This record gives sequence, C-alpha cells and structure tokens, in this order.
Amino acid sequence: MSPLISASSVTVTRDNKNILDNVSLDVGVRDFITILGPNGAGKSMLLKCLMGFFKPESGKIDKKAQLRIGYVPQQFTSEQTMPITVERFLQLRKNVPMGDIIAVATETNIETLLQKPLHILSGGERQRILLARSLIGDPEVLVLDEPAQNLDISGQLAFYKLLEKIYTTRALSILMVSHDLHMVMATTKQVICLFHHICCSGEPQVVTRDPEFVSLFGHDMAEMMAVYQHGHNHTHSGHSHD
Amino acid sequence: MIELFIIKALIAGVIVALVAGFMGCFVVWRRMAYFGDSLAHSALLGIALGVMLNISHNLAVMISSICFAAFLVWLQRKKVFATDTLLGILAHAALAVGVITITLLEQRIDLHGYLFGDILTVGNEQLWWLGIGGGFVIIVLFLNWSSLVLMTIHEDLAMAENVRVARLEILLMFLMTIVVAVSIKIVGILLIASMLVIAPAAARQLARSPEVMAIIACLIGTISVVSGIYFSFELDTPSGPTIVATLAACFAVLFPLSNFYRKT
Repeated sequence: MSPLISASSVTVTRDNKNILDNVSLDVGVRDFITILGPNGAGKSMLLKCLMGFFKPESGKIDKKAQLRIGYVPQQFTSEQTMPITVERFLQLRKNVPMGDIIAVATETNIETLLQKPLHILSGGERQRILLARSLIGDPEVLVLDEPAQNLDISGQLAFYKLLEKIYTTRALSILMVSHDLHMVMATTKQVICLFHHICCSGEPQVVTRDPEFVSLFGHDMAEMMAVYQHGHNHTHSGHSHD
Repeated sequence: MIELFIIKALIAGVIVALVAGFMGCFVVWRRMAYFGDSLAHSALLGIALGVMLNISHNLAVMISSICFAAFLVWLQRKKVFATDTLLGILAHAALAVGVITITLLEQRIDLHGYLFGDILTVGNEQLWWLGIGGGFVIIVLFLNWSSLVLMTIHEDLAMAENVRVARLEILLMFLMTIVVAVSIKIVGILLIASMLVIAPAAARQLARSPEVMAIIACLIGTISVVSGIYFSFELDTPSGPTIVATLAACFAVLFPLSNFYRKT
C-alpha cells in the first residue's frame, strides 16, 4: 500500500548548518514510528516539514490526498487571562456534533473535565485534552511532538498507555517525537534515530544494538533499553495468551 | 432637551467602547498593550504630517501607524533587541519628533486635545470615521474569531489546523492601527492603551468564555463612557481622563471578585 506521508531527501538549512540533512521517511498505514534524537537534532523541524507548515529547502513531501492528520503539539501553557472551558476549546473551529466531543472525551478519559476552565488543569490533563482534540474528525495519522514532556513518571506512563490503547482500538498510524526512551521502546513498532540525518532505524530491539545508536546515546543507555525491551516482551506475550 | 453635541459625543463614545471591548480582549490575551500604547504615541507624528499635508488626521494617523508597525516588524525580525526595547525606542522617538514638528509648524493645534481626548467636540466627519473604521474592526474580528482564539491558546496547534497564523498576526496589528486612529479624538493618545485594557481586564473576572468576556467588556466600556461623558460635561474635565477614571473605578469594584472566580 502506498504510504500516507512520504518524505524524500528533505534538507533544511539554517545559518549555513543543515538542520535536516537528506532525510527520507515513509509513514504507512498502521505504522507506529517514534523519532528519537538528542536536543537540537531537528526532530521538531522534521515534523513541521511533514505537517506542511514549513517548506524544506530541498526534497519533497508527499501526502495521500485529503489525508486527515491529528496533531498533538509540544508544550501548552494556558494563560489565566483567557476564560475558556475544555468543552469550548475542543469545539473551537471544529464543526462536529456534541456527541463526537463526548465520544473522544470518554476515550481519553477527560469527560469529567469538560466544564472546567482550561488554565487550572494539570500538565497530564492538558496533554489528554490535546490528544482528545487531535482525535476529533477521525484522523488517519496522529503526529505527536514530545507529548509527555514535562509530565512526571506516572503521568508519562498513563499517557503512553492511553496512546497505545488508541493505537490498538483505532485504525490509525502514529508518528511521534519523544525523549522518553524507556516508554517509547515498550510501545513503538519502529524507531528512527535522528541527528540531522537518519542515523539508524528499525524495530526497537534492533536499533538499540546498532553501533550508531550506541554512539549517539552511549553504552549505558543502550543496555538500559535492552532491559526495558525485555520487560515489554513479557507483558506483551502475556496479553496475547489472554 | 439634550444638546446635539452631547448626542454626538455619546454615539462616538459608545462606538469606541464596543470596538475597545472586542479588540481589547485580544490586547489582554496576546499582551499587545504596549504595542497599542506605542502606536498611539507614534500617532502624534502622524497628526503633524496630516497638518503639514492638509489631509484628514484619521487618515494621516493610520498611514503613520502602518509605517510604524511595518518598521517594528522589520526590526523584530532582526532579532537583536526584545520587542519592548524596540517599542520603547520607536514610540518615544516618534512622540518627541511629533511634538517638535507640531511646535515648529506654528499652527494652532490643540495638543492637549490630542493627548487627552476631546469627545465633546466630535464632528460628523469623525463620527463617520468611527462608524466605518470601528465597524470594520468588529466585523473582521468576528469573522476570524475562533481562529484568533485558537492561535492565542496554541500557535502550533492553530497552524496544524490550517490557520494562517502569521497573516492573522499582521491583521491584528492592522486592526490596531485603525482602532488607534479613530479613537484618538475620543480618549487621547496617552490613554488609548488603558481604554483597550481596563474593560476586558474587569470583564475577565465575570466571564467563563472568550465571547462572554468580550461582551461584558463592551458593557463595562459603554457604562464607563456614558458616565464619563456625563462627568466630563458636568465637571468640565477632559473627556479621556474622565472616561478612563470611570473605567478604573469599574475595575476596582470588580477586581475583588477574582477571589471568588479564581477557579473559573
């Protein structure tokens, strides 16, 4: 099947430095891809190019016609000065019946927050709200930019669990940028290591053994990943026996 | 029998209150107060140019404000100084040059009226400017309302949903130049920013949605303008300061409510 989003040889240059250097990447149906990389590796820029709000200097981005993309952005601090309830925020610019709003609210476990003002919510609640908003309109691809950044460990865990549930229950593909290596390894199907260019990519367990991954994140990290991997395989096989 | 000039003043004041109510919400949400204040300061240079070229003051102020805003955006993109530093330089430089120019012109110009507003001498031409300019601002804000609210909450999210964020930012600046140009006569150069900020800030305490905040801001503005005009007429005080003092009183009354409404 042809990919939903396809980037070929994308290059972005800033101040004579290549932020993205000849990056090619396909997001296919039911893919779950995580982009890893140190700070300033060009991860967010790659997402911006793929989403189409930034035009790369060279290379091209192809998308399936009328592709429905749901986007969960990086940070989100809501100003006190703007009075707005969660429900109203979810409806902004979305012409959907109330039933749809309630459905995604239930799916993301925010139905009790709908009447609350946006600015009093915790970081974890806000990320779930952004996730809920991205699901309105039944997206074919979810694009997430470090969605669990600034959450504490239990918040991160809850968020990735929810994301995994959404991936299993909905017929969508996921493309995510993340720093949370340990969580990522347990949920994602494919990892792409980015440091301006694509260093290595593949299944998580394969990538952690790649010398490029080791040189980018260090031996300790690679070994730690192997441990997380191990734990994950167990829980997963447990599920399939159910 | 109410005098005609009072009726004109009331009409002008109510239009300014409505425009400021809607525009002011975005000024508060997007922290544009200093930008508005600077535009108003630079307007004096526009007025001086208007006198020199013998064109409408409203038009002259709009042209000078647009140049000011364009120059500001150009300097911002250089990313050498923070915006408030740039505004501090540009606004007061323009004000200084404006005062010097007006002095050198040696024409009878009511500087006091421009600085503090003179609503009781509003003429028909000014009413037309206010009605058309103010109506335009409100209609444009209304048409782009949800996009503007969304991009104020989260810019990247708005971009992902095809909101043309950069274009709307420029649009807001443009609307601001109109607001400044048409309301100088009413509240005065030095007080336009407070006219834009106080009513929405007071309304914030009572509102649970962006639209309700704007509507309450319009109501508070209208009440303050009408009672401000009354006091200005009765006490023979300048209209701008009297209106702003009334607005500030409204804010002071409503502010304690923020304790009750903090969670909303």
